[in-house]
Amino acid sequence: MATQPDISAIEAAALRSDRFRLEREGDWKRLEAIVTRMEKGRIRKLSDEEVLELPVLYRSVASSLSIARETSLDAATLGYLESLVQRAWFVVYGPRSSLGSWLRSFFGGGWSASVRGIWFDILIALAVMIAGTVVGWLLVANDPDWYRVIVPGQFQDARVPGASREVLIGTLSGKEDATGLSAFAAFLFSNNAQVSILAFALGFAFGIPSLLLLVQNTAGLGAMLWLYHGKGLTLEFASWLAVHGTTELFAILLAGAAGLHIGRSMAFPGERSLIQAAGEAGRRASQVMVGVVLMLIVAAVLEGFARQLVGDWPGRLTIGLFMLAFWLAYFFVFRRQDHREALA
Amino acid sequence: MTQALPTRLRRGKRDRTLVTPEGITLPITVASRGSRAGALILDLIIIVLLQVVTTLALIWIAFGSLNASNFEGLSALEFLFVVWVIIMFLFRNAYFLFFELGARGATPGKRLAGIRIAARDGGRLSVEMVVARNLLRDIELFLPIGMLFSAFDSENSGMVSLAALAWFLIFMLFPFFNRDRLRAGDVIAGSWVVETPRRKLEAAMTATDGEDRPMAAPTSAIEFSDEELAVYGEYELQTLERVLREDRTESLAKVHEAIAAKIGRHPYDAESRPFLEAYYRQLRARLETGMRMGQRKADKFSG
Repeated sequence: MATQPDISAIEAAALRSDRFRLEREGDWKRLEAIVTRMEKGRIRKLSDEEVLELPVLYRSVASSLSIARETSLDAATLGYLESLVQRAWFVVYGPRSSLGSWLRSFFGGGWSASVRGIWFDILIALAVMIAGTVVGWLLVANDPDWYRVIVPGQFQDARVPGASREVLIGTLSGKEDATGLSAFAAFLFSNNAQVSILAFALGFAFGIPSLLLLVQNTAGLGAMLWLYHGKGLTLEFASWLAVHGTTELFAILLAGAAGLHIGRSMAFPGERSLIQAAGEAGRRASQVMVGVVLMLIVAAVLEGFARQLVGDWPGRLTIGLFMLAFWLAYFFVFRRQDHREALA
Repeated sequence: MTQALPTRLRRGKRDRTLVTPEGITLPITVASRGSRAGALILDLIIIVLLQVVTTLALIWIAFGSLNASNFEGLSALEFLFVVWVIIMFLFRNAYFLFFELGARGATPGKRLAGIRIAARDGGRLSVEMVVARNLLRDIELFLPIGMLFSAFDSENSGMVSLAALAWFLIFMLFPFFNRDRLRAGDVIAGSWVVETPRRKLEAAMTATDGEDRPMAAPTSAIEFSDEELAVYGEYELQTLERVLREDRTESLAKVHEAIAAKIGRHPYDAESRPFLEAYYRQLRARLETGMRMGQRKADKFSG
């Protein structure tokens, strides 16, 4: 067997430390073989025994290293052991091998726990978004010229101050057939995901840019709300928006809150070091962000299909309110006992 | 713990010590900025190539579908567009995630550069860490690059591209302003980029069972006295080990001469290699015995 060193070779070695090494190098080489195969991504080719053996071998080689450091002066062997223990450490403490198990813990409580973990930032972001909407409304109400400044260009087709009620109703109506909708949805998703990643990532500058981005986006909303309100179309517009908006705006709210969470923990790290505070907040916020991307996929599907296919406003409003209730229930009512990890 | 580390670890600027959850200290080397930049450029080239190839492939399929009847052709085109948008999004955002979540902890570019990511605290590299460090990549890299490109067709392109450039530089230069060469994403995630260790197990110096053992004759005639062995410490021993392993005639002769002069032996009494092997073995036996007694001698200057 390869793991059994040649007895005579051990006895022939002149030094105790070399004998120690020859006795154990079988284990070392076995660990090296397993680690090399795992690094090459051939985890499935490992037998069950090898998978079970890995942590055992890792500890045994780690203890070999501790002993060798105290008894051996063979620099090459020490260097080899150090690099082997390090490689095995990467594998043993690597990301959990199965994405499936991570997803299970993510949906089964990890995501909602981290959303609850940033509740304070969510409140701030919500306040900022409402303020942004109000500001947008007030600005345009005082001077309609602001409309061109704060509403994104893609919404300035027919939806400009002075447009007639019929034109505005036309912009809210659905389409009968589904051609072009999936392309539209895919485009919306890609666009919105990029915006929310931006809102999150800007938290790095103490969260202020995240908030500005929220204000900028909701100010346009407030301005459009004013436009439709002026023609008595408030409810129609709100339901047109609510179909996907409850999901999409919620996602953007979470993204901004996640960015703010990072910024806030960096500005006020408390008793932790700055780097540590940023790290803890960053990991929690990134879990929220994975969820945000998923929510945006849902929002894009709703915007692309449900809004165009459901034309009447009560139907749209129902869908929107149902989605809102669903997200709130999932995040704040649904709890599982085993979410220690997400909170840690 | 540093005093427990052997003297061969003369600490370089990029060397750090990491403590595993088992309490083992491991020397670890932070990746150089150059190798990280190289890895990033390689990855970007790979991403762009993948995007171009898939775009061309989809266009090719699209032309094929146009030959079908008109209505079906249209819905096929739409489907292809959806696929294209999703694939482009994935290439941009999931490429780094996918590879860094693997057992290697490295994208193809990082692998070629011999570096990988790890948790800074010595604990588990979690999925959240990888997600966080790659979400930040968006503002560090893709956003300013996108701004630069879109600046070309706007009226005030000068200001926009200047802002984008400043933005880009702030994040690109971030690793220059902290000790561990962290970029913004590493700070957020609690990760860092380190060199991938890779060392082969070399032959034991004093074993005799095969041809691959560097020391063929343990029963050497040359015997050194305690005083002759007492002049050197661990540092010199490990230098000698390196010289013996490299086995180059000139350096063997040079070291032989230096040792002989130091201990007062005539350098031409013996051949270089047998002399050095005997000296190495006896010095190591002496120093290792001292170690077991709790007495270490770091180098020739220490007592």
